[in-house]
Amino acid sequence: MSILSLKNVTKNFGGLTAVNNVSFDVEEGEILGLIGPNGSGKTTIFNLINHFFPVSSGDIIFKGNNITHKKTHEIAMLGIGRTFQVVKPLKRLSVADNIMAAAFSRESTFEGAKRVTREVLEFTHLDHVAHQKAGGLPIAGRKRLEIAKALATRPTLLLLDETAAGLNPAELDEAIDIIRAIRSDLGITIIIVEHIMKVIMNISDRIHAIAYGTTITEGSPAEVAANPTVIEAYLGSDYH
Amino acid sequence: MHNDKFISKSEIGIFIFALVLPFIFDFSPYIQGLLIFVMLWVVLGTSWNLLAGYTGQVSFGHAAFFGIGAYAAGVPFFLFKVSPWWGLLFGGITAVILGYLLGIVVFRLRGPYFALGTLAAAEILRIAFGQEEWLTNGHNGILYITTWVSKYPYYFIILAIAAGTILTVKVVMRRREGYYFLSIREDEDAASAIGINASKYKNISMGLSSFWAGMAGAFYFIYMGFIDPETVFALHNISIISILVGIIGGVGTIWGPAIGAIIMVLLQETFRSAFFGFAPQWVSGMHAFVFGLLVIFVILYLPGGVVGDWDLIKKKLHLKRKSEMKK
Amino acid sequence: MEMFLQSLISGLLVGGLYAIIGLGMSLIMGVLKIINLAHGQLMMVAMYVSWSAWNYLGIDPYLSVVLSVPFTFYLAKFLSKYLLNPLIEKDSILPENQVLMTVGIGMVLVELARFLFTSDYRSVQTSYTGQAWDLGGVSISIPLLIAFIVSLLLTAGLFYLLMKTDLGRSIRATAQDRLAASLMGVSAEKITVLTYGIGSALIAAAGTFFLPIFYLYPDVGPEFTAKAFVITILGGLGSTVGAITGGIVLALAETFGATYLSSGYRDAYGLVIFLLVLVFLPGGLKSLTKV
Repeated sequence: MSILSLKNVTKNFGGLTAVNNVSFDVEEGEILGLIGPNGSGKTTIFNLINHFFPVSSGDIIFKGNNITHKKTHEIAMLGIGRTFQVVKPLKRLSVADNIMAAAFSRESTFEGAKRVTREVLEFTHLDHVAHQKAGGLPIAGRKRLEIAKALATRPTLLLLDETAAGLNPAELDEAIDIIRAIRSDLGITIIIVEHIMKVIMNISDRIHAIAYGTTITEGSPAEVAANPTVIEAYLGSDYH
Repeated sequence: MHNDKFISKSEIGIFIFALVLPFIFDFSPYIQGLLIFVMLWVVLGTSWNLLAGYTGQVSFGHAAFFGIGAYAAGVPFFLFKVSPWWGLLFGGITAVILGYLLGIVVFRLRGPYFALGTLAAAEILRIAFGQEEWLTNGHNGILYITTWVSKYPYYFIILAIAAGTILTVKVVMRRREGYYFLSIREDEDAASAIGINASKYKNISMGLSSFWAGMAGAFYFIYMGFIDPETVFALHNISIISILVGIIGGVGTIWGPAIGAIIMVLLQETFRSAFFGFAPQWVSGMHAFVFGLLVIFVILYLPGGVVGDWDLIKKKLHLKRKSEMKK
Repeated sequence: MEMFLQSLISGLLVGGLYAIIGLGMSLIMGVLKIINLAHGQLMMVAMYVSWSAWNYLGIDPYLSVVLSVPFTFYLAKFLSKYLLNPLIEKDSILPENQVLMTVGIGMVLVELARFLFTSDYRSVQTSYTGQAWDLGGVSISIPLLIAFIVSLLLTAGLFYLLMKTDLGRSIRATAQDRLAASLMGVSAEKITVLTYGIGSALIAAAGTFFLPIFYLYPDVGPEFTAKAFVITILGGLGSTVGAITGGIVLALAETFGATYLSSGYRDAYGLVIFLLVLVFLPGGLKSLTKV
């Protein structure tokens, strides 16, 4: 059964159509890759799913509920967590307190939130920097903190927005391991937006490709990588 | 934030000291009055700090809550001769109701627009309370013969209110609400993405903040025996003072506003009395000028306030002492 | 009917003056992205400069504009260079620290004025002070009319500056995108300082031309600061035309409100409209024109 369905979702900003009639389903337990060139509307799709912007038309169904018009915090409470491409740590709080704030979404007691925080810190390999100020973390740490905050809200679906960008090869491998473990150990369904092909092709079960806000193809990583329209969208038509 | 003890020994010490202070020294009524004003400003600054410093909603209209609290004690007395002491019950609650109604309007605004919105709301109330004479006796104000001549009973009441305000902040900041306030302050979008209902928690913060500001207002009427709209809804003497106390002491720190209040009352009285008579008389009009300079200095060099940047201050002093020792 | 016409005409004339105050604020808001809570206080400084020139040197207030405007311009440049600009890079818990700084600046200016000139109400007495034109029952105050014409000229001048000169282009570029402007060789820092100076010079001119009409006292500053932000929000941020309509709407609301509703609430009408606009029309009146 699909956990999330986008049905003919369109978003206009003034005269510009950022997302045009996009539909896809995400199956429970899978990792769906969302790819497309810069400005093709990937982050906008995430912003529509968790309702940072209202959709212009279309519907978003999560676990059988229509969440199209739900508020951002309600969507988070229904079980959709997300990270931000431009990381948004609570700068002046410690790493642990960042996660605490998120953990309180499911835990009403201080002790409960603290327990969740400890688990998440360990899972995301952030325990050694738990008491540092989040604003002072290097980029790899801040990217992982994004994931940690999202995990602390106990999501069933996680939207990862470029969590691997700007990482060195060693950090990249660590990030891939963590993302895989999120699915295998925690059983969380994932939609991932990523520019680094090594990551997205390795991790995803299926890939949905868009360009200029419109779907161009969907399929297994191998199929999508071989699709001429995808190659053209990425590299320009002169490439052939 | 969650590792330190909830209430430290030194905090208990400070409270006991404040409690027994009047028994140790034989203060003149003038000093007694100053102590009461320090506490009043502690309440205002701490309540402002909860909304602005911890939740990031910089109110420029805290006089609205102070004023409505004062009139919650004053209006029933003026109309029906109800004892103003009931104000200690009504003052806070009335302010919370006002805060909720105001929130409907001003929480649609962010950043500086929120600041302007609260400022405008407080000013509208000031003008309205001056005009509606049937309710408030207008600019003539409401007069009441205070219950006690001695200032000491009032000192203990406002000390209790101040302790209540600080304790509220301490308790809240250890709970879910506190974490949510900070998240909203740091990044409202990121906060809502982790499931925080920002408008609900902004209202909670506003409610707690306005409650204590309203209590301070009610106390003010009981203690002074006189209120008029220009005094209790004053932009400069209430709204701006609440902000200055917070900034100078330290935004987003528990004890910052308390320290800020002490510094500012001391400074004000030092100047008002022209350095206790040692300086020429013209100095006495300069206290507001000095406040202005102090704010400019603090924003430029101690953006965390005296408490928030205490480590920085210590380091500077330490370095200075070191270089003096070398000489 | 006469009462209506009288209200309309005084409202429009005062509105022209308000427009200048709004223009200065709008310019500063557009480029510095802050609310300048020292705006009216800088106007008060200019008024005291002109008043002093009249009182001590016998200079006509309309001539002393050559003193008050440069004085306020350089004072404002100094303030923004040494007190506001350094805050851009400072990390502080409250992003509003520049706004709070203008509160501090405003306090210092008001108290300095109180110290130098006391809290007494001041006014200038000139040959044209109480003069008015009588148009069949409706009277037009001559100094108000002159002030109105000057404000029209200033508005036109500012328009020319912004649209036709290199400086104006740099200011508009900085207002639109500070980073992009600085990448293209515009010194955003210099432009910021200059904009604060120009915005303040505008209100300085307005203040001087107000002098024959209004009383002067130190707290006149905060009152006009409040008016300035009401005007700016009414008109829509960073909009020249908006500032003018905002000024006129505020002045009309004040005069008609005072004539037909209650004069005690005079200062509240603007604030109520202001709150309504902030909440229901976040783009200001200018957002009504383009649907």
